[in-house]
Amino acid sequence: MKAVDDLWEAVLDRDEHRATDVVLAAAEDHGHEVVLLDVIGAVQQRVGREWAANRISVAQEHAITAINDRAVTALSITRPRRQPVHGRVTVACVDGEWHALPARLLAEVLSARGFAVDYLGAQVPAPHLITYLHRTGPDVVALSSSIATRLPAAHATMTACQATGVPVMVGGAAFGTDGGHAKRFGANAWAADARSAADMLMSQTLSRPSAPHQPIDDLPHLADQEYTLVSRSARDLVRSVYRELEECLPAMKSYSDEQRQHTAEDLAHIVEFLATALYMNDDALFHTFLSWTGQVLDARGVPSRVMEPTLDLLAAQLRDFPRAQRMLKLRSCADAQ
Amino acid sequence: MVAVSSWLRSPCPALVIDASGAVHSMNDAAKSLFPQRIAPHWRHGETVSVAERSYAVHRADNEDGSATWWLLDETDLLLERERAALLTRMSGALMMSLNPERCMTVVAELAAAHLADEVLVIAPPSVDGHPVTRCRRGEPPTYELRHVDVEAVAGLSEVLRGFPPVPSQWIDPAVAPEWLARDVSSIVVTPLPGHGVPAGALILMRRGERFSEGEEAFARLFASRAGVAISAASLFTQQAVITERLTRDLLPPALRRYEHVELAGRYRASGDTEHVGGDFYDVHELPDDQLFVVLGDVCGKGLDAAAQTGKVRTAVHALLQVVTDHDKMLHALNQALLTTDESRFITTVVGTVRPVDEGLHVTLTSGGHLPPLIVRASGAVEVAATKGTLVGILPRIVTATDEVVLAPGDSCLLYTDGITEACGGPLGDEEFGEDRLRRALTGCGGMPAEALVEHVHMLASHWIGGGAHDDMAVLAITAPRRRTS
Repeated sequence: MKAVDDLWEAVLDRDEHRATDVVLAAAEDHGHEVVLLDVIGAVQQRVGREWAANRISVAQEHAITAINDRAVTALSITRPRRQPVHGRVTVACVDGEWHALPARLLAEVLSARGFAVDYLGAQVPAPHLITYLHRTGPDVVALSSSIATRLPAAHATMTACQATGVPVMVGGAAFGTDGGHAKRFGANAWAADARSAADMLMSQTLSRPSAPHQPIDDLPHLADQEYTLVSRSARDLVRSVYRELEECLPAMKSYSDEQRQHTAEDLAHIVEFLATALYMNDDALFHTFLSWTGQVLDARGVPSRVMEPTLDLLAAQLRDFPRAQRMLKLRSCADAQ
Repeated sequence: MVAVSSWLRSPCPALVIDASGAVHSMNDAAKSLFPQRIAPHWRHGETVSVAERSYAVHRADNEDGSATWWLLDETDLLLERERAALLTRMSGALMMSLNPERCMTVVAELAAAHLADEVLVIAPPSVDGHPVTRCRRGEPPTYELRHVDVEAVAGLSEVLRGFPPVPSQWIDPAVAPEWLARDVSSIVVTPLPGHGVPAGALILMRRGERFSEGEEAFARLFASRAGVAISAASLFTQQAVITERLTRDLLPPALRRYEHVELAGRYRASGDTEHVGGDFYDVHELPDDQLFVVLGDVCGKGLDAAAQTGKVRTAVHALLQVVTDHDKMLHALNQALLTTDESRFITTVVGTVRPVDEGLHVTLTSGGHLPPLIVRASGAVEVAATKGTLVGILPRIVTATDEVVLAPGDSCLLYTDGITEACGGPLGDEEFGEDRLRRALTGCGGMPAEALVEHVHMLASHWIGGGAHDDMAVLAITAPRRRTS
């Protein structure tokens, strides 16, 4: 669609007026839902790809998203108001999730389809969400999460929502392309995108969750506490691996402050993803992250051979953790593929 | 021989069935249970239904090839088991929710499935009428708020008031009002005891048989549990409403967009269970399209600090009606805070924003607060040259005001120390710090106000990671980029 390219150009220029004009004109031709999902949504996906390929910074991503968000507001104002004819849905992001726009797009689509929607946005602490559910008693809560490392938080929030008797639908990139993670969490529904979420809510009533359960019931492997111990000592782990890395790679001694911070942040990321993979017991989650980090480091001009000693040092630190060992060892096979 | 004849007088029905399957003999209990001839085909251990009661049949083989079948009456056991399971299921379902409407729906659904053909749960009235949940067996429950004449049902208004205590009572279906019931043969109204707050009434209706005494007693047990859950939910709702009303003015204001000024704010209280904390910001409209902006931090955190922010914000708003000069304003605020009982001091920064041809003219004055940062569209970051004394601790304060001009795309960032003193980072023990903030902002030139505050908030939150954080407030004043075409 031409509008996608036009909007992309406009947001890259940070030209809010042009972006809004493109969106409003496209809505005349294609209708609101198409513009929300296939124009704004498509541009937003492109933002994600560009960021993943290290072609735009997080700050640029924020700026573009803010302009898109204003375009959504402009679009929302022109939408004819109608009385809700379907059930009540609470749309929120998992705490710590900064990507609010996918949830907002879902909220807009559901409102346009005739649902009564409460959009709580990003950064909703779980206690606020639960209180809100008790206060309003919605038919469904839709939880969005884009980043894989938020999965443990998403699981906890989801279980807490279900314990109030409200069925939970989850969506977003964090849950995997086939929603596999959502199934393992025992979500009442998973939707690949906003359109199928709306279709599903219109065609069926989600069953109420059964008696409250503990998150560990869904993921029995957590009983070995590897996730708990690794995530609890993450910072110590990063610190000691960083120090040892300095000894292995003398070049690091001449790093600038900023380079040091980058390296430490990359390390912290690796540990965070390892912890998440331990939580999900999903080796592929960790290996996908590693190969992606390798590419980003390449793009940034950092030699990715830093990776090899880093993982070896981590493996040495986590000697007593069999699942972590497996994930850190198998990587060579993953690299070879 | 006593042993041989004793089975004949056993209270347990017993039959001897010969190898061909014919009934050879029965004891007295079996004879009264089976007045007619029977030819049973039972399996050992199964439960059979005879004359509306349930019996477990047990076979004991005799030496002559016949078998004695004992029938153990387990009707009451099964009923008790079913009721216990129902109570367990109900407790589980009711415990989950603190939403009164949801609790009423659960009660109506379970009662319709197990106790009656049609069920009505009615709660004490709100201004919009009585909350009423109705459920017919096998159908989904419906909830509505409606004005009904409770006086038309004897005893119902007392039940809904929760006083004086009334027993369950039968209502003659013939005189029941239209809104209550149609085509039913019996109606029983049971109070839902709320313990302190009345929870409402459970009205059970049947089309066929009447309620037995045992069923009525069980309905009371069911109602007493349901009542506790519904009233707990109502109390929670009341408290939540009170909290919401009282803290509404303490929440950061919703910022609207002005023709010449973009404003965006972000706020996060230190406690995840709280919406408010000791940081605050506010925006007031002045004559001639000018805006007055204030951001600050009350010493301390939590609800006490939040209450204090309310007082400070109200004081600033009131003072603004008589004084807009920064120095005079902060002096007056200082006096006001010194003369209150509580000895909390604040740090604050105030700004006056005036649209000019070049963009925005911003006057900034700090009262012991971190100086605002100016983020130019080019990415250059400047520190506003303003400093001053803390407010509310010393009898006299000194302030120095700075003036800056924001060209289109430039922003002025006001923030609290929750951002810069965020402790963490990849190594876990560093402060985020002003230098790092300034460095990060060099990549933020020309950002829309919302993106800027979101980005700053995110950087600090990521820096902290999973650790505890202080209250955080960020406010951006941005001169909008102008329409190019």
